Amino acid sequence: MENKDYKSINHSVRKKDSMQLLLGKPNYVDDITPKDALVVKLLRSPHPNAIVQEVNKTAALKVPGVVDIYTWEDVPTNRFAIAGQTYPEPSPYDRLILDRHVRFSGDPVAIIAAETEKAALKAMRLIKVKYEILEPVLDFHTAKDNKILVHPEEDWFPPCPVGGDNHHNLVASEVNGQGDVDTVMADCDIVIDHTYHTKAFQQAMMETFRTYTTMDRYGRLHVISSTQIVFHVRRILSRALGIPKSRIRVEKPRIGGGFGAKQTAVCEVYPAFVTLKTGRPAKLIYTREECQIAGSPRHEMEVRVRMGADKDGRIRALDLYTLSNTGAYGEHGPTTVGLSGHKSIPLYSGSLEAYKFSYDVVYTNLQPAGAYRGYGATQGIFALESAVNELAERLGMDPTRLRDQNMVKEGMTMPAYYGETANACALDKCMERCREIFHWDEKYPVRDMGNGKVRCAGVAMAMQGSGISNIDTGSATIKLSDDGTYNLIIGVADMGTGCDTILAQMVAEYMDCDVDDVAVFGADTDVSPYDSGSYASSTTYITGKAVEKACAELKKNICAIAADMMECDPQDVIFEGSQVRRIDSEQSVSLSDISYKAQVCNTHAAEVTATHASPVSPPPYMVGMVEIELDKLTGQVTILDYKAVVDCGIPINPALARIQAEGGIVQGIGMTLMENVNYDSNGRPIESSFMQYKIPTRLEMGQLQVEFEHSYEPTGPFGAKSIGEIVINTPAPAIAHAIYRATGVWQRELPITPEKIAMSGITEQP
Amino acid sequence: MEIKIILNGKSVTDLIDADTLLIDFLRSHGCYSVKRGCETSNCGLCTVLMDDVPILSCSMLAARADGHNITTLEGLQEEASEFVGFIADQGADQCGFCNPGFVMNTIALLRENPDPTDDEIRAYLAGNLCRCSGYDGQLRGIRNFLDSRNKNGGTHGE
Repeated sequence: MENKDYKSINHSVRKKDSMQLLLGKPNYVDDITPKDALVVKLLRSPHPNAIVQEVNKTAALKVPGVVDIYTWEDVPTNRFAIAGQTYPEPSPYDRLILDRHVRFSGDPVAIIAAETEKAALKAMRLIKVKYEILEPVLDFHTAKDNKILVHPEEDWFPPCPVGGDNHHNLVASEVNGQGDVDTVMADCDIVIDHTYHTKAFQQAMMETFRTYTTMDRYGRLHVISSTQIVFHVRRILSRALGIPKSRIRVEKPRIGGGFGAKQTAVCEVYPAFVTLKTGRPAKLIYTREECQIAGSPRHEMEVRVRMGADKDGRIRALDLYTLSNTGAYGEHGPTTVGLSGHKSIPLYSGSLEAYKFSYDVVYTNLQPAGAYRGYGATQGIFALESAVNELAERLGMDPTRLRDQNMVKEGMTMPAYYGETANACALDKCMERCREIFHWDEKYPVRDMGNGKVRCAGVAMAMQGSGISNIDTGSATIKLSDDGTYNLIIGVADMGTGCDTILAQMVAEYMDCDVDDVAVFGADTDVSPYDSGSYASSTTYITGKAVEKACAELKKNICAIAADMMECDPQDVIFEGSQVRRIDSEQSVSLSDISYKAQVCNTHAAEVTATHASPVSPPPYMVGMVEIELDKLTGQVTILDYKAVVDCGIPINPALARIQAEGGIVQGIGMTLMENVNYDSNGRPIESSFMQYKIPTRLEMGQLQVEFEHSYEPTGPFGAKSIGEIVINTPAPAIAHAIYRATGVWQRELPITPEKIAMSGITEQP
Repeated sequence: MEIKIILNGKSVTDLIDADTLLIDFLRSHGCYSVKRGCETSNCGLCTVLMDDVPILSCSMLAARADGHNITTLEGLQEEASEFVGFIADQGADQCGFCNPGFVMNTIALLRENPDPTDDEIRAYLAGNLCRCSGYDGQLRGIRNFLDSRNKNGGTHGE
């Protein structure tokens, strides 16, 4: 159970890289790229659906400094997926490095390699492309069974059976559930039935996509990329380029933010192809515009919620149907959609008698979507939590008390969550604490400020997972160094989250040493033990447990070396951190002496690699409450106060957990109120820069307060669950709720801009 | 064309193309702290000081810096070290990519207004985007730095 006397765990130690980062040292891809690297640029299609008939590159090749230009005729013909997922991937193999059939406005048509950026850009303007323009599918409502096919090709291939069919623009589809929803629904006093729409929001990490490639001294392809998934990138490149994995090494330096965007190999194949062709170092740095129009944003989804309840507020039946828009390619399409139901419905396991969850994931000729913090749960929770708020308002019940009587509680089985049991769940305590610190009872009533503005509140709950059960695999290597310190080598990617540090805290706790005595390195496919990578909120829970196993093994080996030194049996010694002591005696050897002995005629490995996977994915839980002020004339919403209480099990590093929560909440506020995605007639996003795609500044987030309620997850390291993703899920439904309280109008589409509110026909307050 | 600037206290003379942006000039002279986060003057990552005034180096031609003093984080390591530990204590450094611009603008703020209120800090740094931290940790770090400095005998306006 929970131990309060940890020396390193549950302490807010500084991130191991913090001073390097804060003092601006060269830590990122473009800081360590040699100046003689070829600059790679991509010529992109202006058309959403077209066949490339002819590419005339004669003039472009004459530009001084242009080394070569590649088109569809030059690349391998093996289809692949760029989603960073465990093989065999649920995502279809639907891409080529360059395809003659371009499927969205922004799809690459040619790869330009030049000595300078200026030469590459000049060449780009001189390439003449003749297109056969085809009619596109731009409305995802009409995509399924449309006569226009986004992927008519015969070699379209799904490595996993996920209910997809390229002849129907379908990437995946499924129906599942438990009990007879319709019968229970018919017996309910009240049925809520609404559809909620979220758009293809951008992660907008500060460092855009970028990759550097070179041939190493063994003639292998060495890839240095800003990626969350070094091992998946190696596999993807191997398939795409048609070379064995033994000829590829992938590493990541520091990463300037990921949020899931870099769980997809968005840009790696292009410079890798150039380096293979030319034998020269090459780099590709996406512009912000490329990130916005040809990145890997959140899946646009429309979630229809049918909810049956009794008039006393008991939620008895839930029926969710999600239509997900994966855009022109299917990466993460079959999996994100699953979370829209499987990580929303279980919140109401308390009283649910039956549920049904079905979905379709469709291709369109729009920017392909991918992984973004929350990964479908965000969309589903916006829909379901909004519907629950609508139910509370219809019944005239306090929405927090309505949740009290329906929410999942510790020990309950969650049928919609693969039948897993909530072994660690403090959601009820989160609600209670949040109500208290937010002063819910005072802030929930609508208060007219007498100047055309009203103040009011909204609430939402959330859950996520901790890794992907039965799939994610995490590993850690720990070495005893020759002064009695340790090296921890990992394959997960610290993208700013601080996983290098929290995993080192775990080593320090297990090995009874200082965090400073643990040096961390990651991630490099040649050096790191295999790890699925940093995604699906898996790092703390899965890789953390691998650290625990590795430490236990290493202790045994250290004891064996010490026993040799003391000429006794390993069973007769005890590990005490800085020394190993012979039981029932004062005889001991120091860790430092053991580490030197480990290098002299020694047969016990002073290093250990351990691997972990989990049959379950314990959800973290969270409650968020927001107070807004809404200007009824202009529709302007000002966030005054955002309070959240999170149950992530035992926080390994409370400061870093808190920053995750605060950052996620602000990102969620952006998606709810200001980050918009509109398309021009070619399906290209109009908000193609930070001038138009407005992410929150520090003036737009109000007062934040985050607290933690502890539960103890028995299968996690030190009782920990996850924190990274769940934190983005509460703002949208909570703010939409508050806006309803202020205006009497439910906003069921994100973002909720001032214009939408002002034009919504504001009625009397509820 | 030839330009001559004082870069972090040292005179630098170089031949440049007339359309070279200051950010690219600085990075090509080893100032890798200067980061590009957008191309539209919206993110604040490329903030440097020109004659001690914060500017966005992605939106200024290197030629315009001719004859001026340019300071990047490489030239302010000591002054930055005084307070960035307080940001680290909050874990608010996160991915770090926005940190140099944020640190440069905070230095400019504190030189201009050594004892700012929270609202003054928010307003001055409004142009420095951060996608990781949610901003509050940065504010707490600056606040703790100011409190610690004031407690340790530093006077307002120092």
